[in-house]
Amino acid sequence: MEQVLFRHNRPGRAVTFAEYAGEGGFDALRKALRELSPDDVQQLVIDANLRGRGGAGFPTGKKWSFVPRDLPGPRWLICNCDEMEPGTYKDRVLLEANPYSLVEGMVLASYAIGVRNAFIFIRRGYETAAANLRRAIAEAKDAGLLGENILGSGFSCDIDVHVSAGRYICGEETALMNALEGRRANPRAKPPFPAVKGLWGGPTVVNNVETLANIPAIVAHGPAWFKGLARIPEASGTKLFCISGHVRNTACFELPLGITLGEIIDGPCGGMLPGREFKACIPGGASTPFFTAEQFNVPMDFDAVAKAGSRLGTGGVVVFDTATCMVAATLNLISFYARESCGWCTPCREGLPYVRWILEEIEAGRGAEEHIGMLREHVQYLNYAFCPLAPGAMGPVEGLLRLFEDEIREHITLGRCPFKRSM
Amino acid sequence: MMPEKLKTELQSRVAHAVTSREAAVDVMKELQRHYGWFTDEAVGEAAELLGLTELQVEELATFYEMIYRRPVGKRVIHVCDSISCWAVGGETMLAHVGRRLGVEPGETTGDGIFTLLPCCCLGNCGEGPTMMVGDTLYGRLTADSIDEILARERGGIT
Repeated sequence: MEQVLFRHNRPGRAVTFAEYAGEGGFDALRKALRELSPDDVQQLVIDANLRGRGGAGFPTGKKWSFVPRDLPGPRWLICNCDEMEPGTYKDRVLLEANPYSLVEGMVLASYAIGVRNAFIFIRRGYETAAANLRRAIAEAKDAGLLGENILGSGFSCDIDVHVSAGRYICGEETALMNALEGRRANPRAKPPFPAVKGLWGGPTVVNNVETLANIPAIVAHGPAWFKGLARIPEASGTKLFCISGHVRNTACFELPLGITLGEIIDGPCGGMLPGREFKACIPGGASTPFFTAEQFNVPMDFDAVAKAGSRLGTGGVVVFDTATCMVAATLNLISFYARESCGWCTPCREGLPYVRWILEEIEAGRGAEEHIGMLREHVQYLNYAFCPLAPGAMGPVEGLLRLFEDEIREHITLGRCPFKRSM
Repeated sequence: MMPEKLKTELQSRVAHAVTSREAAVDVMKELQRHYGWFTDEAVGEAAELLGLTELQVEELATFYEMIYRRPVGKRVIHVCDSISCWAVGGETMLAHVGRRLGVEPGETTGDGIFTLLPCCCLGNCGEGPTMMVGDTLYGRLTADSIDEILARERGGIT
């Protein structure tokens, strides 16, 4: 299987600048600055059908095209590396192996959008990734690939690294902009959308690490090649799937988009742990509704996963065996969201702790029939929240109700959890 | 009071920011590193450096998980309690650390060495259960490995 993002990887260490450059690294940047206009670069990304790898899957080139051409004043590019969605660690693995594709991708994106200063917003705890990026930025600067008048083209661009201090909401793009400005990281109202009025009021594009790291290969090899990397014609490119839970190999794999869930679990994951049987998984990070073995044939791509009732999200797959209590798993997920709610809007601040309480009651054997209806109502109510955090939080609850209602009922009827504590 | 050298460094950081408050998180982190936690004195100093009111700094400081507005031990232990670690026994590991140190989550050991805090996903999901001691990440925790880590971390301090 062809590797794009992991192509330059070395076992047990990060690739060096010389190794990356020696394997065609920065060729795409050279080509773009010599032969292509900013619009050409944008068109390549549009034609490649690159979709955002941070969770929402929005078409990247389209997002760039929303930036108005004629607004005076600076415009900004932010790389979102606030990877805090439970079950997700792909951006860390990528940056610990190779920070250069991201740096090159950010310069290309900045060229396409007309950005002079770009930021990488990185979470606390990713110290190695941040150190790699700082080193890569310095090396690129020394080589004339970043900074003033890059490769004599007249185009100038700098990248700053901002290390955050830990809060899930900072990964929401408008909250992220507040965090970067040094304000309390509550989300902002949309519209105005960031592409028009974002960081310090200027047009702003926020893209995920993996998204931006794909740009050099698209510019170097073209949209047709990029589309051909996927397993199915509707999809484009590869995806980093980061696996955790009850399978043999819990690691991060670069796989073609459109590969089926069953193939991932039986292939690179090496199947379930000895003596364990598959029950369910989270397909794309903590906010995505569960899949069961019924979905083993679903191609892992944005539209196909959505059609099957969940979201591809971040590609963070968490696998559960048959000894796992799905009420307890959902309670764990909701507890995360209740704690990480920024408190800005009432549905999220008050609603999530209430949902947590209902699930606690059921798990503790104090559940009642009416609790099921209350959970169902809250799946609807929390859509009224100010930002996507609360609706995302309810993803697993919706999945629990749809796929495991029998299991909830069993808790209520028995007056206890029918599972031993999962290990 | 913060040393003159740190003050100069932070003033330079603020001067290089797009707007001075953009440097707020860096300033808070550096002052916290100096004092051990983000003290009331540090709040005042950060406000002065950033051109903000103390209330504005407080509003930021209380928002972030890794800015401590109460005294903490020399090493803060963050044990991940999110879904991937939970699936492989994270709750048991948190309880084990607590038992070994004789503290509940949120408390600091009597000798002032360790503070135990549960935290959300540390991005080490394939290697769970996970905890971070100071800036060091530890994965695939077992009761035995926790005992070793705690002994080593304690030894590294005294």
